[in-house]
Amino acid sequence: MTEKRRMTALRLHKALYSIWRNDPGWKGVFTTVNNNTIGNMFILGATGMFLAGGILAMLIRAQLASPQSAFMGPEIYNQVFTMHGTIMMFLFAIPFFEALTIFLLPGMLGTRDLAFPRLSAYGFWCYMIGSTIMIIALVAGVAPDGGWFMYPPLSSSAFSPGINADIWLLGISFIEISAISAAVEVVVTVLRYRAVGMSLDKLPIFAWYMLVVAVMILTAFPPMILGSLILELERAFDMPFFQAENGGDSLLWQHLFWLFGHPEVYIIFLPAAGVVSTVLPVMARTTLLGYGWVVAAAISLAVLSFGLWVHHMFATGIPHMGLAFFSAVSTLVAVPTGVQIFIWIGTLWKGRPELHLPMLWILGFFVTFVMGGLTGVMVAMVPFDWQAHDSYFIVAHLHYVLIGGYVFPMIAGIYYWLPVLTGRKRFFRMGETAFWLVMVGFHGTFLLLHWVGLLGMRRRIDTFEAGSGWELINLLASISGFVLAIGFGLVILDIAVNAFVAVRGRRNPWNAGTLEWGTPIPGPAYNFASIPVVNSRYPLHDHPDLPVQIARGEGFLGEPVRNRRETLAVSVSRGEPEFIAVFPQNSIVPFVMAVVTSIMFMAPTFKWWWLSGISAVGVTALALVWAWSGGSREDEGLLDAGRGVSLPTHNEIPHPPGWWGSLFLLLADSVLFGSLLFGYAFLWTVAPNWPPPRILEPGVLGPVLAVGGAGLASGGIRLADRAIRSDGSAWAGVLVSLAGLVTLMAAAATVFRGTTHNAHAYDATLWVIAGYIIFHATLAGIMTLFLLFRIRAGYLSSRRFGDARVVRLWIDYAVLVAALGLGAAWLPGILAEVPR
Amino acid sequence: MVPTPLALAGCEERLSAVHPAGPAADLIATLWWTMLAGAAAIFLLVVVLLVLAFRRGEGPSDAGADRQREMVWVKGFGLGFTMTVLAALTAWGLWIGERLLPRPGPDVVAVEAEGRQWSWRFSYPDAPGRTTENTLHIPAQRPIDVRITSTDVIHSFWVPRLAGKLDAIPGHVNVLRVEAWEPGEYAGVSGEFSGTGYRTHGFTVIAHDAAGWDAFLTGEMP
Ligand code: HEM
Ligand SMILES: [Cu+2]
Repeated sequence: MTEKRRMTALRLHKALYSIWRNDPGWKGVFTTVNNNTIGNMFILGATGMFLAGGILAMLIRAQLASPQSAFMGPEIYNQVFTMHGTIMMFLFAIPFFEALTIFLLPGMLGTRDLAFPRLSAYGFWCYMIGSTIMIIALVAGVAPDGGWFMYPPLSSSAFSPGINADIWLLGISFIEISAISAAVEVVVTVLRYRAVGMSLDKLPIFAWYMLVVAVMILTAFPPMILGSLILELERAFDMPFFQAENGGDSLLWQHLFWLFGHPEVYIIFLPAAGVVSTVLPVMARTTLLGYGWVVAAAISLAVLSFGLWVHHMFATGIPHMGLAFFSAVSTLVAVPTGVQIFIWIGTLWKGRPELHLPMLWILGFFVTFVMGGLTGVMVAMVPFDWQAHDSYFIVAHLHYVLIGGYVFPMIAGIYYWLPVLTGRKRFFRMGETAFWLVMVGFHGTFLLLHWVGLLGMRRRIDTFEAGSGWELINLLASISGFVLAIGFGLVILDIAVNAFVAVRGRRNPWNAGTLEWGTPIPGPAYNFASIPVVNSRYPLHDHPDLPVQIARGEGFLGEPVRNRRETLAVSVSRGEPEFIAVFPQNSIVPFVMAVVTSIMFMAPTFKWWWLSGISAVGVTALALVWAWSGGSREDEGLLDAGRGVSLPTHNEIPHPPGWWGSLFLLLADSVLFGSLLFGYAFLWTVAPNWPPPRILEPGVLGPVLAVGGAGLASGGIRLADRAIRSDGSAWAGVLVSLAGLVTLMAAAATVFRGTTHNAHAYDATLWVIAGYIIFHATLAGIMTLFLLFRIRAGYLSSRRFGDARVVRLWIDYAVLVAALGLGAAWLPGILAEVPR
Repeated sequence: MVPTPLALAGCEERLSAVHPAGPAADLIATLWWTMLAGAAAIFLLVVVLLVLAFRRGEGPSDAGADRQREMVWVKGFGLGFTMTVLAALTAWGLWIGERLLPRPGPDVVAVEAEGRQWSWRFSYPDAPGRTTENTLHIPAQRPIDVRITSTDVIHSFWVPRLAGKLDAIPGHVNVLRVEAWEPGEYAGVSGEFSGTGYRTHGFTVIAHDAAGWDAFLTGEMP
């Protein structure tokens, strides 16, 4: 303790900085694993994509300014609007809030970094590389051109023979790695890495929103990833998932896509709502009204949003009862949205709102988003949607919600957090002018487009005839569109100028109460010199001197005695100290792995299967290198965590962070598997040309192998686990498990013998199910081998058996999907044999 | 038979959903105008509440006052108000949906529409063997069931002045109920993006009077 008292804040800063800092120079860009650096680069990247998408929007508006425009033909125009939508949704909207979250979350939660720093870097690089590939495709004129939801059969090889569609399917799937990894990261961070005493009911409201969003990403993206995978399989190997003649159904794609696509809309809106819930009370000099209600509203929005995807398919001939149900749920989802809106207004009434620039943007959000929400309720009415669907009414509606409900709050957020991001205060005042330009430009562009839609203008047409009655509105929309673009340009310029040349600001200029304002600005690499103790939702209001205490090292882990990157993990609900997490050093592996992963994903565009295969081996090898570098070869026991508390490191607890990360990754994985089974059942019951001409007979060998393999695999790892915990020899157990996994693969392989992959959608589906099982058994097998080597190298002991628990989780998952998948594959054959 | 010029709306309204020429489009247009009025009122309410927030002074900030506020804002406006409005609207929307259903009836006429890149072929069970390209003949003032399908990619059958749209999906047949009040010509388009020829993927509906329809069926006119 006396030693610590003597350590001044400055010396502490120097010590921590030398531990946590990036590598110097350009090398640091590629090896950084720091959330502040990655967050900044990510924000810049996503802003770049907003500009790219915006340029395409201007091309669209230029084309549509006058009738019979000859500026672009349909071949080019189709690429332009497809890429505009794709870029805005996948390369701007989602990445931008992920970037902001990566940057802000550790600060808000009072911890030093996100749970898996290298995963942040990997996700970021996947995003950057994938986006670059998409832009190159656009410039090269081979960009996707089937619209941002890529409906087959239009996107099937018969009607889209070029590589355009492959680029979309493979490129977007690749980029989604960054969404999934950021989601895993956010869930584990919010649940385990917080200030001491920050129980779940004291979580900053933004963190609550992001927790909900992250879980939504894990459950919403997998259906689309599955859809992309099987559409690509159809394109490459003629497996007829979407071809009606062979038992496929193009509606399957629509279900999988919108099962993702609708939650996606709320995935984009909720972070913005989180920003509003955070910024608005500060602007009104008060606290958020009804915190519990807001959390409940966010959660119910998330749950409901999974039950209404069919409202994008009202015109596809869904039976009447189905339409009624989905129409009702679609309106129901407006209730939690309404609750939030009125809570925000109530908060303004409660406080004394001041018209700072972030508040202006929030007001812009209110006006615009409420209008978008109201038109949203309109199109939830099935009869009206039958007229409005695929017309400019929808184009107008979706921009009211996306720009009004997402872009405006994000700009409010950027202005609000500018001091934390850059350490400077706003000095140049173009922001107000830019705001008004955007408001006038936006409503000028989109308000009357509702009307032109009702007058029959369909979306995605490359031009229109003179005398259609749409000329004036389109001309006005185009002129306003350019005003809007200038406005957005000015916003970016204003922020850039203020970020790079404005005067340095003081800490916490808004007098906010949350912890991200308790660090020096801009936040140092380690974020907090010591982990604070909090006992309310607004710790800086209760203890104005908390920042000084933190800087003096008076919180937890205020003494970097062990000279490595350490932060504190707390219990999930109550926020009590639980263990010390040791974080990885700077590393080039995430970057290299992202490069190799991009080759693995994109090589199939040109049918270079060999290259894809080699890269897959490369990715596996890099992942093993990555995983190997953690852990410890000796027991450290309980270590001093400061404030008189002693804790183990993450190596010496039963369920280390890697286990939690695996758990949530498997959540996403299981949703993908569930979507696969859903697709199987859907095709069986709805698609034309079923039942298939030939049904797989299970026989005896397959089931015997499956039961035996499942028993050996899960039994073996349990034996090994027990042996490790009693410091015995785990070899036998590990090898039994490995044998079990190989047997499971053999059981799944029997499916291939009884079917022909391209004969019927039934056969194709069984191939994917069997392939999925083999993939997971292989994955678990590689991990089991890895465990064997770790044991040999001395990384496991009776105190350090977390690695074995992680492997056990993956083996159990492989066994589970094998049982369910093979059961589903064999069931029709078994039923056919049962005598009636 | 020559379509009566009266039934031809001005060129500018050819594809307009808000210039109905049949019962289905009419119901939907009424729904739209009502929703527009309701939405405008709600929007105004929100704006007024926002403006008032800036004109009032700061309220008391004790826990009791907050409970009071939650009553008003969460339970009153957030739950009570939104749920009432939405329940009423949903019920009405469902009721309209009911009325648009293709219910069987004595004078229902069936026609078949088959979309392809980029034309429409129509056939008529009442006149076997008869097909027309890009022109659909129907009798006016009688309910029509259009059986819609596609031979290649997804299209959508849309005659905005008569009814909403319904998709043409390979392997599926969807049935849309349409009816025209008056004999005349009505413009139709495909409402689902289908590639480079999408913009011009249209057709015309000719609604005949009773005599004209009989003549069409017996092949007396093209
Ligand atoms: C900067 C101002 C913007 C303008 C002027 C603009 C304009 C347009 C227009 C005119 C279309 C219709 C193209 C067509 O159907 O032929 C369109 C489509 C679309 N826009 Fe925007 N947009 C803007 C920003 C955004 C933003 C910020 C987002 C999302 C965050 C977005 C998402 C979309 C999507 C998803 C589509 C549908 C693309 C498709 O049909 O496949 N837009 N945009
Ligand atoms: Cu939706």
